Amino acid sequence: MVTQLAKPTQLVQSGSNPGQILDNIFIWITRLFAFSIALILVLITIEVGTEAIPAIQTFGLSFIFQQSWDPVRDNYGVLPMIYGTMMTSFVALLLAIPIGVSSAIFLSEDFLPVSFRTVLVFLVELLAAIPSVVYGLWGIFVLIPLIRPLSEWLHQTLGWIPFFGTSPGGPGLLPAGLVVTIMILPTITAISRDALTSLPPELRQASIGLGATRWETIIRVLLPAAFSGIVGAIMLALGRAMGETMAVTMLIGNSNNINVSLFAPGNTISSLLANQFAEASGLQVSALMYAGLILFALTLFVNIAAQWVVGKIQKF
Amino acid sequence: MTYSSPQTHIQGQSQADEVALEAVNLNIYYGSFLAVKDVSLKIARNKITSFIGPSGCGKSTLLRCFNRLNDLIESFHIKGQIYHENQDLYSRRVDPVLVRRRIGMVFQKPNPFPKSIYDNVAYGPRINGFKGNLDELVEQSLRQAVLWDEVKDKLKQSGAALSGGQQQRLCIARTIAVQPDVVLMDEPCAALDPISTLKIEELMNELKKQYTIVIVTHNMQQASRISDKTAFFNVQATERGGKQGYMVEFDDTVNIFTNPREVQTRDYVAGRFG
Repeated sequence: MVTQLAKPTQLVQSGSNPGQILDNIFIWITRLFAFSIALILVLITIEVGTEAIPAIQTFGLSFIFQQSWDPVRDNYGVLPMIYGTMMTSFVALLLAIPIGVSSAIFLSEDFLPVSFRTVLVFLVELLAAIPSVVYGLWGIFVLIPLIRPLSEWLHQTLGWIPFFGTSPGGPGLLPAGLVVTIMILPTITAISRDALTSLPPELRQASIGLGATRWETIIRVLLPAAFSGIVGAIMLALGRAMGETMAVTMLIGNSNNINVSLFAPGNTISSLLANQFAEASGLQVSALMYAGLILFALTLFVNIAAQWVVGKIQKF
Repeated sequence: MTYSSPQTHIQGQSQADEVALEAVNLNIYYGSFLAVKDVSLKIARNKITSFIGPSGCGKSTLLRCFNRLNDLIESFHIKGQIYHENQDLYSRRVDPVLVRRRIGMVFQKPNPFPKSIYDNVAYGPRINGFKGNLDELVEQSLRQAVLWDEVKDKLKQSGAALSGGQQQRLCIARTIAVQPDVVLMDEPCAALDPISTLKIEELMNELKKQYTIVIVTHNMQQASRISDKTAFFNVQATERGGKQGYMVEFDDTVNIFTNPREVQTRDYVAGRFG
């Protein structure tokens, strides 16, 4: 006996069909969740924006170019923190992009047996699971002593370059930048690797079939084809680098001065917020909110700029 | 014992002018699994040779041995020899990269690089250190692939924007831009409509004046229309439950389709298979 499927006798649906209702419910639930994510973003922006209004009215755009952060006289400016944020992120990207993309290439090729590669990929991704405060402690007790000889050598031999201008001692932009490098590595490696492994195998075969070596294939075909994915990875990493708080606060020295030297202490916007929010009152709270808004705008600007660059380069 | 190999060598040499590729007692393995059993055949220069047979008979695997593309598969290895102009392609001292510069490949699915039409064709010459006039070579290759008139005004556009048939001709142009001796084609028309297929077939007839062509096809009309020689492969079950390919018959295409020696071939080309 073969059980037969009941054929629909009427093609026009009259009344309610349980399948269709479920379908509609499903669509509405996903729609609701999708909108709620956007809504949270909008609400946070509005909240930060309204809280920042007093500071915006008091300082206007000069807030961005002011160098002093003086709670006693209620005079605030965030240029040193903007500089610190950009500088630590820049150092981190400068080191993390070559290391991360190379690891991604290495892990997407068949240099290692699959089992060993899987373990390595897992370990790289595990880097992202280490709590920020642990990175901070590691930075204080291991990284800072570790890089001291190198920093001193750099200062002595290349001291005429402003970036190595001050004598190294303890916390500063460089250790903060180095720890952020390690923190954003798994993002760059994992996403770039995904972009590389999801390329159609036909691309590799076509290139190899034309007499290209493995490196020619990687450099000339695979990397350009995965370019947008790799830039996406870098953007996500940059977002994390600019917003990273705990480890940076522990390592950067929290000095609200601009010093071009990487060995000098500095500050970032997020560290400023973390350090001062608990004790702030009155206009200072508003100024901190304003600083937060600027970080928000900065991240947004960098992302849009990156999208634009990708669009320009990646026409295909 | 030691004389047997030089002897085949000398045999090959006497016909070196006509033979582009020669497989001698070729066994293809994946790990310990014998996928294609004991193939010996000679592929004639400036002719189109087609490989036909049911799925799993190893015809594509064999094709990919000719330019060492199977090297990408880890467990793959062969026993036996493949000669190209009296050089054993699987000799230890042979660089597979150089083999692929002499023996090009066109794939089943059109696979242009995500680059411009121009850069697609120029890719091979560039990596091979081509010193001459690249514009000229690109134009010449596109003309040979009968694509020039359709793309000459949009060379900077992406190759992916072309139609499937155009993409496949672009891939052919890309392959012949490195000026190989042999062009291998792995079901080049399987993803194309009949009109594009016809264009590719006309193109192959032009190309064989300059190149030796080996084509794998599921389309028996195609094999009978375009090829000079045809090899029929079949598949048999092994004791261990796997499938093993072997060559049944290799002859002039006319003989394969009108007067085959083997019953299996007759049944297959007549569409009575089993």
